[in-house]
Amino acid sequence: MGCGHQSVNNFNMSTSALSIKNVSHNFGDFKALDKVSLEIRPGDFTVLLGLNGAGKTTLYSLITRLYNNNSGSIEIYGNNVRSESVKALRHIGVVFQQPTLDLDLSVRENLNYHSSLHGISKLDARKKIDKEIARINLNDQLKKKVRSLSGGQRRRVEIARALIHEPKLLLLDEPTVGLDIGSRQLILNHVKTLCKKNKLAVLWATHLIDEIDKGEKVVIIDKGKVLDSGNVEKIVKKTKTKNIREAFNKLVDIKI
Amino acid sequence: MSFTIYLRCFNGIVLREALRFVHQKERFFSALVRPLVWLGIFAAGFRSVLGVSIIPPYETYIPYEVYIAPGLIAMIQLFNGMQSSLSMVYDREMGSMKTMLVSPIPRWFLLISKLLAGVFVSILQVYAFLVIASLWDIIPPISGYITILPALIISGLMLGSLGMFLSSAIKQLENFAGVMNFVIFPMFFASSALYPLWKIEETSEWLYYVCFYNPFTYAVESIRFSLYSQINIEYSIGIVIFTFIFLFLSILGYDPGRGNLQKKGGK
Repeated sequence: MGCGHQSVNNFNMSTSALSIKNVSHNFGDFKALDKVSLEIRPGDFTVLLGLNGAGKTTLYSLITRLYNNNSGSIEIYGNNVRSESVKALRHIGVVFQQPTLDLDLSVRENLNYHSSLHGISKLDARKKIDKEIARINLNDQLKKKVRSLSGGQRRRVEIARALIHEPKLLLLDEPTVGLDIGSRQLILNHVKTLCKKNKLAVLWATHLIDEIDKGEKVVIIDKGKVLDSGNVEKIVKKTKTKNIREAFNKLVDIKI
Repeated sequence: MSFTIYLRCFNGIVLREALRFVHQKERFFSALVRPLVWLGIFAAGFRSVLGVSIIPPYETYIPYEVYIAPGLIAMIQLFNGMQSSLSMVYDREMGSMKTMLVSPIPRWFLLISKLLAGVFVSILQVYAFLVIASLWDIIPPISGYITILPALIISGLMLGSLGMFLSSAIKQLENFAGVMNFVIFPMFFASSALYPLWKIEETSEWLYYVCFYNPFTYAVESIRFSLYSQINIEYSIGIVIFTFIFLFLSILGYDPGRGNLQKKGGK
């Protein structure tokens, strides 16, 4: 991200929710990420836009320290993911691409498990779970097994789960894939509202262009490289296209 | 990070495993049926073929059923260790392993907690087996029911950490059938579970050494002696050493830097 570099220097590190600088990653000979840099500030809703296989999931795995980044640096609220992983991981909530709830356990049991992984006391967890579950209007489903919930409901539970420990950075990897239009809209609006109200920084990975609204920030990634980033309008203007869809096609096509 | 946070995390992981155990009744019954088939059918047919002489810890001639009981107990733990590693492979593919690994609590602690949770479940299965096995007159001294516990914990840890190491090394879920064939069966048959080692020595010396150095033999023998409230120091020390080796390898396997996690693309 060209402009990202300068803004790192201009901002105090503590104001940056997520700062990725020059991160590359290989799987054997395959270059999954190539010098990726990007910057997210608190309250930013940033869309990571790319086709399947562009490197989005690899980037998420590095941010969440499922793998170590071997080059460049990743910082979350000023904490390096490698050297200060405990502090860094505490700030993030993650919704993975694949469903990760235990189907045979109830919604509350799933959320309790997550709370314990963050060392939250039972009493505290109860309050936080009630609060998050009320926010997604699933209070009456708490005792039900996850297996009996619809795909959209499960996703909402996963988002609630990612927020229980009150993270300041929310990472979502293709959260709306496989859902119907209604559920997609519900989840998208929910996260966008959270972002505005709670000053939550959000990185939303998708290949669905219609999830991007005016004025939002977009990072376009293809074959492990960041092709462009910034406001939707800026990218559209720069690429001399009519809308972000055309801009994306143009950018990705050029590189193919 | 304080002690209470670690404790809450540990409790949460054990509770989840216990809940899964309660919810998956089939798993519990199949874990019980397997050794009972060996006991009820295999042992009944085999007892006339194989005469077992008096060897420690036994003080009299014993029926074959009594001889293989410790081996079957170890088998319960072997399957449980492999099954919880199967669930780890499965979890990882389903992603719930990921949710655990992104917790801010250190990864080695998460893995050991998960391991202990699996051991806890295996011990429940073993006691259920012992209750039913008493119908076959497999009744150790009363004290044996208590003295077996430390042996179960340590052998459960060894077999669980072996499973965990394998789960970090297996590339895909489908390959688990291979683990059954290449790990579970050879370990079980090339051990002292079904026949005493001196019998094997009579037949083949190299096979004797394979059996002798098989970690599973250590589990079987530790359980056998502890069931009669005795302790065999050599086997006990061996089992601890094996546990450390497997545990070290599995923590290495799940290490974000050099682990096998990345070779699989993390999916």
